[in-house]
Amino acid sequence: MNWLTNLIRPRIRSLVEPKDVPDNLWQKCAGCEGMLFHRDLLENMNVCYHCGHHLRISVKDRLEMMFDNGAYDKIDLPDVPHDPLKFKDRRKYADRIKDSRAKTGLKDAITIAKGTMGGIPVVIAAFNFSFMGGSMGAAVGEAILKAAEEAVKSRAALITVPASGGARMQEGMLSLVQMPRSIIAVEMVKDAGLPYVVLLTDPTTGGVSASFAMVGDIHIAEPGSMIGFAGRRVIEETVRETLPDDFQTAEYLLEHGIVDMVVKRQELKDTITNVLSMLMKKPQPEKKAKNGNGNGKKSGKGGNPKTNGKAPPASGEKASIDMEKDVQAARALGQVKAAQKAARRISKPPQKSAAKKASNS
Amino acid sequence: MSLEFEKPILELEGKIAELRHVTSDNRVNIASEITRMQAKADKLLVQTYGKLTPAQKVQVARHQERPHFLDYINYIIEDFTPLAGDRNFAEDHALIGGLGRFKGEPCVIIGHEKGHDTESRVYHNFGMARPEGYRKSQRLMKMAQQFQLPVITLVDTAGAYPGVGAEERGQSEAIAKSIETCLRTEVPIISVIIGEGGSGGAIAIAVADRIYMLEHSIYSVISPEGCASILWRNGAHAEEAATALKLTAQDLHRLGIIDDIIDEPIGGAHRRKEETMENVSRQIEKALNELIPWDRSSLIQNRRSKFIAQGRNL
Ligand SMILES: [Zn+2]
Repeated sequence: MNWLTNLIRPRIRSLVEPKDVPDNLWQKCAGCEGMLFHRDLLENMNVCYHCGHHLRISVKDRLEMMFDNGAYDKIDLPDVPHDPLKFKDRRKYADRIKDSRAKTGLKDAITIAKGTMGGIPVVIAAFNFSFMGGSMGAAVGEAILKAAEEAVKSRAALITVPASGGARMQEGMLSLVQMPRSIIAVEMVKDAGLPYVVLLTDPTTGGVSASFAMVGDIHIAEPGSMIGFAGRRVIEETVRETLPDDFQTAEYLLEHGIVDMVVKRQELKDTITNVLSMLMKKPQPEKKAKNGNGNGKKSGKGGNPKTNGKAPPASGEKASIDMEKDVQAARALGQVKAAQKAARRISKPPQKSAAKKASNS
Repeated sequence: MSLEFEKPILELEGKIAELRHVTSDNRVNIASEITRMQAKADKLLVQTYGKLTPAQKVQVARHQERPHFLDYINYIIEDFTPLAGDRNFAEDHALIGGLGRFKGEPCVIIGHEKGHDTESRVYHNFGMARPEGYRKSQRLMKMAQQFQLPVITLVDTAGAYPGVGAEERGQSEAIAKSIETCLRTEVPIISVIIGEGGSGGAIAIAVADRIYMLEHSIYSVISPEGCASILWRNGAHAEEAATALKLTAQDLHRLGIIDDIIDEPIGGAHRRKEETMENVSRQIEKALNELIPWDRSSLIQNRRSKFIAQGRNL
């Protein structure tokens, strides 16, 4: 089972590409190929203002978006033994780590912070995908334990935001045991009667998806995120069949009953705050103006084919399906939706054609 | 199936077998020749198995003749009563579980079965479980707790099955919940890696109070082949990857990932199955005797602490 599968590599490329674009310029949306001006995109929380495609967002921006007034206290990552396997492939793991640290200015693939959301105390553990593909080794596991301890100590909710290709192979079994270790962290929060929310973002796969990311009280996914256990290519090689277009997307997981809801980035904070306030029996959060998220002034513009009018009703829709009788109906529904989505999407470009078109223009 | 590095031994053994069938007047000479060659073969076996490389261990761990889950069931469990299904979608033949008696005492036993010939391998999906397998294992662990029966798990899988249906039905969730269930089950859990411990699909049932590995078994975050194709961008580097991953019982014991190593007979488990299973049985019995007197909450606490401590003091 390849946790950091080949599917990750093109994604790293797509992550790196936008960075080559200077701040005052534009980039192309991977969803609709529309032009996106960098400043407008940032204002819109890195969501395409033409088609609603969710581009990756830095952890810093993520935390500012989640916490009240964008204010939070960063918690130092605990120290862990450094490269205990003395792992070396074509390069030394120690060197790879050094490079990633230099490149990102981060200690490892996770950031933990505490603050409030709608006045409710929360601890957030968010993955930095740009740090070795967000892979989970001892540092990440230890950080999740630390985040959980902090949540229990301050009677806060725990929110994890995975964005990870899976376990960090260079730590061998010491990375695999982060699966139980991170789940123990969650157990501590649950034992304390505090809520644990998972915000699944693009991508969440392998040992990360098969551990703390799938034992939440609430699972929320960002639209279009790739979430799954095995990599697409591994599955294609194993089963030798073409996979559905929306395979392993957030929407696919919603249809298959694995996440509670798919929520647009602009609505995440309100949704999570509202859920937490009910689970923790806190006062009802102040309602913002309709469609209001206060941030993305262009969020209403252009429509959002992927999630338009879909996010909240969809979970209800799913619940109403009589699972035993209508599994096939549900599948058909999924297919229709996938087809509709595919039709509405202006032919989502596979990597190659996108590159070709880009060079033509 | 014969392993490449075993060839000199197998050739010698072949010659000995031939000699035994020779009818000759000179029996005394033949007998002494057999004795001489047998001694040579034995010495070669000891030498070879005394210094197996990690890549060779990978081959031994995957050897088709190695005792598999159902061999253990037949040999160390009495009155085995398989319990099928996750009560939801399907029965998974890759991950078998049920009730049985170990040394006369009832227990729940769960493990991966790879199969021993083409037909049975297909039937057991080569030991690669789907979500239903991991949900069945959760169900059985909860039952074990309900009736205060210890749990024994035998791990032998290349990994959880990567398929469309498995993803559709939540492979990740099933594995995550299986780990969570292991952590919550208030009865002793003993896990033995009997062959291949393939990443998430293995650890899903191996979060235990005592974790043992057979001497030539392997336990890894990813297969050496997979690791090589990703990190070296070339599957041909699997041997180097096997070494780098520190996937042998000896390495993992040093790293504090497992509690102990169970000896295999000289020449590997596939040469003397019963002796191997006897060794495993003895180790499980010892562990159970230690753990059964523990009260429920200290079991859980200690299990958590054990995993929290992993990797901290290296
Ligand atoms: Zn777009």
